[in-house]
Amino acid sequence: MSASALRVGVEAVAIRGPGLPDWETSEPVLTGATPHQTAPVVLVPPPQLSPGERRRSVPSVRLALQVGSAAVQRSGLDPASLPAVFASSGADGETIDNILTTLTTATREVSPTRFHNSVHNAPSGYWGLAVQSQEVVSSVSCHDASFAAGLLEAAVQAVTDARPVLLVAYDLPYPGPLERFRPIEGSFGVAIVLSHAPSDGALGRLLLRVADTNDDFSGCADPGLETLRSGNPAARSLPLLIALACRAAASIRLDLGRGALNVQVEPC
Amino acid sequence: MRPLALSSACIASSLGLGLAATLAAVERGVSGLRPCRFETVGLPTYVGETPGLDGSQIDGPLARFDCRNNRLARLALAQDGFEAAVETAKDRYGPKRIGVFLGTSTSGILQAEQAYRHRDEAGQLIGHIDYAGTQSTFSLAEFVLTLLGVCGPSLVVSSACASTTKVFAAAARMIEAGLCDAAIVGGADSLCLTTLYGFNALQLLAAEPCRPFDAERQGLSIGEAAGFALLERAERVAGEHVCLLGVGESSDAHHMSAPRPDGAGAVLSMSRALVASGLRPDQIDYINLHGTATRIGDAAEDHAVVTVFGDATPCSSTKGHTGHTLGASGIVEAIIAMLAIRHGLIPGSPHTLARDPDLRCHYVTDARPAQVRRVLSNSFGFGGSNASLILGRAA
Repeated sequence: MSASALRVGVEAVAIRGPGLPDWETSEPVLTGATPHQTAPVVLVPPPQLSPGERRRSVPSVRLALQVGSAAVQRSGLDPASLPAVFASSGADGETIDNILTTLTTATREVSPTRFHNSVHNAPSGYWGLAVQSQEVVSSVSCHDASFAAGLLEAAVQAVTDARPVLLVAYDLPYPGPLERFRPIEGSFGVAIVLSHAPSDGALGRLLLRVADTNDDFSGCADPGLETLRSGNPAARSLPLLIALACRAAASIRLDLGRGALNVQVEPC
Repeated sequence: MRPLALSSACIASSLGLGLAATLAAVERGVSGLRPCRFETVGLPTYVGETPGLDGSQIDGPLARFDCRNNRLARLALAQDGFEAAVETAKDRYGPKRIGVFLGTSTSGILQAEQAYRHRDEAGQLIGHIDYAGTQSTFSLAEFVLTLLGVCGPSLVVSSACASTTKVFAAAARMIEAGLCDAAIVGGADSLCLTTLYGFNALQLLAAEPCRPFDAERQGLSIGEAAGFALLERAERVAGEHVCLLGVGESSDAHHMSAPRPDGAGAVLSMSRALVASGLRPDQIDYINLHGTATRIGDAAEDHAVVTVFGDATPCSSTKGHTGHTLGASGIVEAIIAMLAIRHGLIPGSPHTLARDPDLRCHYVTDARPAQVRRVLSNSFGFGGSNASLILGRAA
């Protein structure tokens, strides 16, 4: 299944994770110029939402909207004009834990806001509200391979519709007892604006190919980044982000669940 | 878009197991909704429970996938010769060239709901949970990939109640881009406390069987279902098949759990589906509405349908048959649309007694025979996620 290759441009990137507060600060960490030092991830209520929605915004919504907005801003594109793919292995862990706990009480009074925040597409729904977009927005999962699957889906959209597409990937830990069955390392979000034809200001070009192999996935040399990469599905983007930060040609192999996604990176 | 044949399909819902049982129920106006006796739920509501799920444990090599949602998926996959059709497709294309694009909103969460009742002093669960096999959003696809032995590109789309309509769009794009030759689309959503108590909290559950487009409608009834379809390029399969002719998607940008009252997002998804299919509104013979029987939802959809189609095109919501099967509603209604085309039938709307005089679309309450060449089916979900698909005979 190596026949079809997809060519897309990377117009802009945003990142937020432990010790990786934004793209500018993270670039020297990703290139290896400065060592990675972990630090708590600060999630702020999305300023684009109404006061009530801001107050009730859950961690996954805060993280996804933060990186999504940052990437689109850097791209200079109108956020309302972009179709978007939101990729995450699961729904908002804090919300799921809250509902599961509420369901063990005698009255089972689930909060209506909690309930609508429990859907996997809550971040993509709030994104549509925040940027007033009527464009196609999808919320997808491929368990640990969610980033690569989301990248493939976003690239397919960019190529088949010949227009830029926003990819947002994010994963956060469960606060309650599910953490033991599904440990996730830190909170990590990444957003990439892909285009079918790279603009003058593009960061790089990607050639994507699905490959029939299940090993030799790319890792990170820095032990802190490697811990993140192997422990958080969204952080499986790190080898690609490192290549983009280094502005050097690279061949990366990402886990696609069944098979691999080979990504050839060429700097612009 | 180039038509994609639904070369095989299977279904399990409260209407019964398989296409024949589903068709018979739709032809005769039979509803699968019953007073809720599910698990320990004490809500005055009706549900559409799928027969044969209790005691259908998944054991052996696939035991790690055992949960209500995957049992439901397995029950559907065992119907209508679907697994044999997948085997034929594997021989034709190879297992790596068959993609799997499925939808679910809650996966196997019932198991976690039950496990949370048994915790130790530290708050840890006493029982074990196989997260990847049953709780992960992707667990349904992991199960289906493993059960059917296919390994093409795969995704779970979890865009609430629009999920299994959006999977048709994902599959069509992947086939168009050359990443696979065929695709298994569909999905499953099973009864759980989260959705029953959640919709109850939103005051959207009816105390009676749901009555879409009725003047006295009170809200929705929850159902559970699984359904799957095999999509292949129409020119590559022999025989006459109902085809996917177009899909449209849009976002409301209005509210997390309420539709835009003017139906503008729905207008956009239906219009995009028409553009993708190259069809005019008057070429659609029947519209399967999202129609969940909420006051505002039905009114918004009515407005949108009349805006795009006028008030002559026959339409109905089949939620009175199956209940609202949430993430599975898209595939359930796509399969009902397929049956309507194959068997020349406009489905009706059991429990809808008196049509709301304020709603203007041509709403059909009793199933009737008719020539149905093309159907548009709507699915709208939380987060303002809208999707519409068009099925019909390829020109």
